[in-house]
Amino acid sequence: MSRHAARYLDRALPWLVPVVVLIAWQAVVELGWVSSRTMPAPTAVGAAAWELARSGQLFDSLAVSTRRAALGFLFGGSAGLALGLIVGLSYWGERLLDSTIQMVRNIPHLAMIPLVILWFGIDETAKVFLVAIGTAFPIYLNTFHGIRNIDRNLMEMARSYGLSGTALFREVILPGAMPSILVGVRYSLGLMWLTLIVAETIAASDGIGYLAMNARQFLQTDVVVVTILLYALLGKLADEAARFLERRWLSWHPAYRKSEVMA
Amino acid sequence: MTRVTFPYRGTRRQSNVVAPETSSTGVRLGLRGLDKRFGATHVLDAIDLAITPGQFVAIVGRSGCGKSTLLRLVAGLETATDGEIRVDDQPAARHAADTRLMFQDARLLPWKRVVDNVGIGLRGRWQDRAREVLHDVGLADKADAWPAQLSGGQQQRVALARALIHRPRLLLLDEPLGALDALTRLEMQSLIEALWQHHGFTVLLVTHDVPEAVQLADRVVVLEQGGVGLDLAVDLPRPREAATPAVSAVEGRVLDRVLGRSDVPTSTTASATRSRTASAR
Ligand SMILES: Nc1ncnc2c1ncn2[C@@H]1O[C@H](COP(=O)(O)OP(=O)(O)OP(=O)(O)O)[C@@H](O)[C@H]1O
Ligand SMILES: [Mg+2]
Repeated sequence: MSRHAARYLDRALPWLVPVVVLIAWQAVVELGWVSSRTMPAPTAVGAAAWELARSGQLFDSLAVSTRRAALGFLFGGSAGLALGLIVGLSYWGERLLDSTIQMVRNIPHLAMIPLVILWFGIDETAKVFLVAIGTAFPIYLNTFHGIRNIDRNLMEMARSYGLSGTALFREVILPGAMPSILVGVRYSLGLMWLTLIVAETIAASDGIGYLAMNARQFLQTDVVVVTILLYALLGKLADEAARFLERRWLSWHPAYRKSEVMA
Repeated sequence: MTRVTFPYRGTRRQSNVVAPETSSTGVRLGLRGLDKRFGATHVLDAIDLAITPGQFVAIVGRSGCGKSTLLRLVAGLETATDGEIRVDDQPAARHAADTRLMFQDARLLPWKRVVDNVGIGLRGRWQDRAREVLHDVGLADKADAWPAQLSGGQQQRVALARALIHRPRLLLLDEPLGALDALTRLEMQSLIEALWQHHGFTVLLVTHDVPEAVQLADRVVVLEQGGVGLDLAVDLPRPREAATPAVSAVEGRVLDRVLGRSDVPTSTTASATRSRTASAR
């Protein structure tokens, strides 16, 4: 076998199992071993997705859900970052806030769904609020942790070179905490979708979760599977976004750097 | 053993060297009754030292005898329990900007490229100057690399460039060569000596390596039990070759004192037959 062919085989290998699974799935449904009501065939799922896209429902739901996720992440992420910075940077901030935040953090945010519905009904605010709570804590914890773990020696060096205040923050503290902050961002993005799925499934009048629950009522299993795949896709996109930020902001870090040729 | 020729400075034009400012010769450093305790540990006990402008002083002593503490006090990173530090007959704090400490570890910011590490704490247009000092330490081609892409010795040279760009009048070196292999060490020693001869700053070099101290310093100070155990002027011509009888004799005296093998009087002069004017500066 030539080296060329070997390279293609190497590329193709990770796709082998998914393709085999898809073919087997299709075959199992076609042969009638599993009812298409229980598990529609890949072709049926594809057809349902096409139908949803053609009617515009797919993109409407996507837009609504993405907006909720983004807004919730924006509010929750900023709050987590701000609190993490305050508590990480100031002695009084830590004394005053950290133990409170740690207590609140121990409440599973999904346990608040009944309360949130009582407060906000089932409109936008409820979902955005839940996502915000879910995403705030990972970013808070990792920001705080990142700041506290900055190399004391580097701080001492920077101070002895005259850095203080905002310059010290911009040039040493923030970049030093960035790897940890981005770990928090990545974790938060995962929780963002998870929270939204649960919130939309329980109480919503539009969005992907609503699409899924509606389809369930009409026993449209194929649409349900489409929505599950949609969530998977969105999760993957969020993860890619986090990786993009890591490559961009942590290019100095050997672990995140793509091989770079130096002059 | 022949002296390793110094590869970095041969071809450069004088105008390219970061020029010393008119008054940028070394400072006069005075320690008076300097005392430092950490809780119950009495690290430095009433140290008195008078160091003349431009002098190259090596500080040696056993591990834990307070060498780093002494340097950190002079750099203003610790506060003395008692006594005072005077730079050019003024409180040392006034000359903080003239003083640069080079730590034992390079302490480069990993998220800044080499040239930006050199420029840390500077304002205005420092980029060209940063590249010049990098050229001076032989790293012109690494200016845009990340610190993680450099070897240990290269990182130390970046740290040296970072200190030099401030045109320090007092350079404090805390075992800057401790982690380097023997050959890189020799190169760095020559580099430091050459830069010192060119710029004329006052140097306090902490080292574990007695031959290194004797090779580089005008004066070797042995710290022991919180005080000055030996204060020896090394009056040998430069460049000094290692293992010549005169150099070895001085090394022997310092070593004897560090190891506690003899009672040399605490303040002496080790002179070669040639006079001090023969030394390079
Ligand atoms: N921040 C500190 N708190 C308490 N004790 C300290 C502190 N810094 C140094 N010491 C003590 O002071 C003494 C001198 O320490 P120092 O670091 O100056 O030693 P050194 O001569 O530089 O040693 P080495 O050659 O191993 O670097 C040691 O006994 C050390 O334990
Ligand atoms: Mg030390």
